[in-house]
Amino acid sequence: MMDTFVMRHLPALLIAVPLLAAFVMPLVGGAGRVARNAWVLLGALATSAVGLALAWKVLATGTVLYVFGAAAPHVALPMDSGGIPIRIIFQVDALSALMVVIASLSSLGITIYSLAAESKQSGLETFYAMLFLLVAGVLGMVSTGDLFNFFVFLEISSLAGAALVAYRVDKGVAVEAGLKYALLSTLGALAVLTAIGILIGQYNALNLATLASRMQFTTLDKLALVLLAVPLAMKCGAVPMHFWTPDAYTTAPSSVTAFLVVSSQASLYGLFRILFTLYGPLLSWATFGWFLIVLGVLSMFVGVTMAIPQKDVKRLMAYHAVSQTGYMLLGVGVGLAVLGNADALAKYGKTAMAGGLFHIINHAMYKGLLFLTAGAVFYRAGTRNLNKLGGLGHDMPWTMVCFMIGALAIAGVPPFNGFASKLLIYESVFRFSPFLSIIAMIVSILTLASFVKVFHSMFLGPRRAEFAAVREVPAPMLAGMALLAVFVVAAGLAPQPFIDRLIQPAVEALVDRAGYVAAILGGI
Amino acid sequence: MKMTKIVRTTADLFFPFCLVFGLYVVVHGHLTPGGGFQGGAVMATGTALLLVARAYDDVTGRIRKGAMKACEATGLMLFLLAGLGGLFHGRAFLGNWLAQAGGLFGNRVELGANAGDLYTGGLIPLLNFGVGIEVLGGLTVILLYMLSGIKEEKK
Amino acid sequence: MSSRLLLALPYFTVVVLIVLGLAVMLSKRNVIKILMGVCLMESAVNLFLVATGYRHDAVAPIFTNVPAGPMALPTVQALTLTSIVIGVATSAMMLSFAMVIYRKYGTTDIQKIQKLKG
Repeated sequence: MMDTFVMRHLPALLIAVPLLAAFVMPLVGGAGRVARNAWVLLGALATSAVGLALAWKVLATGTVLYVFGAAAPHVALPMDSGGIPIRIIFQVDALSALMVVIASLSSLGITIYSLAAESKQSGLETFYAMLFLLVAGVLGMVSTGDLFNFFVFLEISSLAGAALVAYRVDKGVAVEAGLKYALLSTLGALAVLTAIGILIGQYNALNLATLASRMQFTTLDKLALVLLAVPLAMKCGAVPMHFWTPDAYTTAPSSVTAFLVVSSQASLYGLFRILFTLYGPLLSWATFGWFLIVLGVLSMFVGVTMAIPQKDVKRLMAYHAVSQTGYMLLGVGVGLAVLGNADALAKYGKTAMAGGLFHIINHAMYKGLLFLTAGAVFYRAGTRNLNKLGGLGHDMPWTMVCFMIGALAIAGVPPFNGFASKLLIYESVFRFSPFLSIIAMIVSILTLASFVKVFHSMFLGPRRAEFAAVREVPAPMLAGMALLAVFVVAAGLAPQPFIDRLIQPAVEALVDRAGYVAAILGGI
Repeated sequence: MKMTKIVRTTADLFFPFCLVFGLYVVVHGHLTPGGGFQGGAVMATGTALLLVARAYDDVTGRIRKGAMKACEATGLMLFLLAGLGGLFHGRAFLGNWLAQAGGLFGNRVELGANAGDLYTGGLIPLLNFGVGIEVLGGLTVILLYMLSGIKEEKK
Repeated sequence: MSSRLLLALPYFTVVVLIVLGLAVMLSKRNVIKILMGVCLMESAVNLFLVATGYRHDAVAPIFTNVPAGPMALPTVQALTLTSIVIGVATSAMMLSFAMVIYRKYGTTDIQKIQKLKG
């Protein structure tokens, strides 16, 4: 009884649980540290459980619809609406399920980590309230089927993200980064809102499926496409609009940075959804495929070359995050470029997209892990400057192991998960254009070189006098890192189950535009 | 910085009217233009009025930051719980489970042009109350925070 | 002719406001003035949303003493309200950031507060 009730309302609980956790936080905060930590842990566990259960349900039974405010959650078209969805509808298909899994796993890991990592800070109620808001925003962005609702969740995640970036004032530098992030997010969101205005003015609809079925691709629609695609590409940190990433990622607390990565991937999801589902076959495949490919290659190359000379370990990792986003854009871009060609799509297009999407989840895990290890080092050593660090491997062996796992995964070394997804991308992109594949491999080698340097200057060398008091980080931080590390290793050792169960359905969902529309409009 | 006695007295006199008018806008949110956010903003304007007319410390004695933060959390909780209530009546999240069910806001809506009945709308007035309380708390906290900044710089 | 011009007037205003907002953002160095530019653009987008919702022969969907005839669907107005609420939140947050920056750096000039480089 109870479990069918919960299963029926999973998409609503996906938003309601983190929001409830966030709203009660100021009240629980007054009841002391233990009560607050217990509430945080409970909220994170419940959110992840709901997210994973929803993903399981979607993968087992197909797209899940949830109509807010309706007499029954699955009635997308009420009798008296004239065949138009009039309410906000959550439409969770396999692609959304993939993103929900990422956000659930990652948010659980970072919340456990932050319980210890942030314990010395003040104003923790606000911190956790904002963290849960950020999680709710990201979960909402990836599961909504309504364009305006997407904008609202985008703004929630941007606002909470900016507040968290500025949380450690740090002589004003963090606030400056927060202001930069907030300003750019607001401008991006205004562009998205203008695009929504253009679309509703023409088609009288906000539902993605309805809009997709009515899309005419007029000149105004092209303008709307630009106004949607450019801000979302900016929010996912693609070069040449990546300039906010290093600042925001560096100054935010490490646990937050790990989740900002997920939040920028939610924007990536938005970009793919707009291109594949909203505009779909009206686009010129090759043009927009190459748009993503060029963005991807630029991001890969500029990101890694900017990363190599960095002295601040988190800034270095932030540029690597830009670089890794390039792989996802490249993989999915190749898929988009050959979407009109059924033969090429079956031969290598879908494999490339699978590689790109698999890289999203892998990246969220290993990059989150790397940011958490950087936070652990900063937590004990008190500096992020690579020239000042050294010899920490003696005293922080577990952190070192986690860092090694993350670094080898990001460089695409077998048997870690980064290799599994990069291999898919190399193979398929090589059949599309050998040149692009070679660039991708070179970038991987540069990434490896960069992380060998970081590993050497942080953990190797003799013990240093100034770090005599350094010990291993507290157990919750290790637990949070271990959770992500286990996934990195598991997905690297046995990638095939992940690809078959999670990634392939997501690729099919991304390509199947008619199915997305039919889920709402009943095959019209 | 203190304003003249005329300004202070007028502000004191207007403060309750701001609250009452805000409450009116919240309560009639489902019948006339307005609603939770607008009414809450009107109520918070009362605080702004006091802050402009009086010294900062004078106002914080009357309007406490802690109470306003509690308002914020309570309003949001009310909204969320009202929405979750639909789940237990076989409806979706935010489904209107109070409409036409008797009770305080449960009257049937008359068809056609009419003068409007306050006791209709079911869930919607409740949501308006939630948002109104939340906005009152949230905006007041922001105002207090920002104007405390001015005070510090004066020193 | 004149009525068509009148109907297009909001869209002209939107363009003018967006250009003004962008000009303020790009030409001013004071953080507060830049935020004012952002608010100007927010207003422009809100005006745009409301303008798309105008229907020539329809009345507002308020049931109190309503005249007979078609009513306009108030979706865009609802969107505008939501966007105003979000705008309030973003402006308040960015202004508080500007306050903290002023307290820490003693200036609101963006040329002087750029410590983050590279």
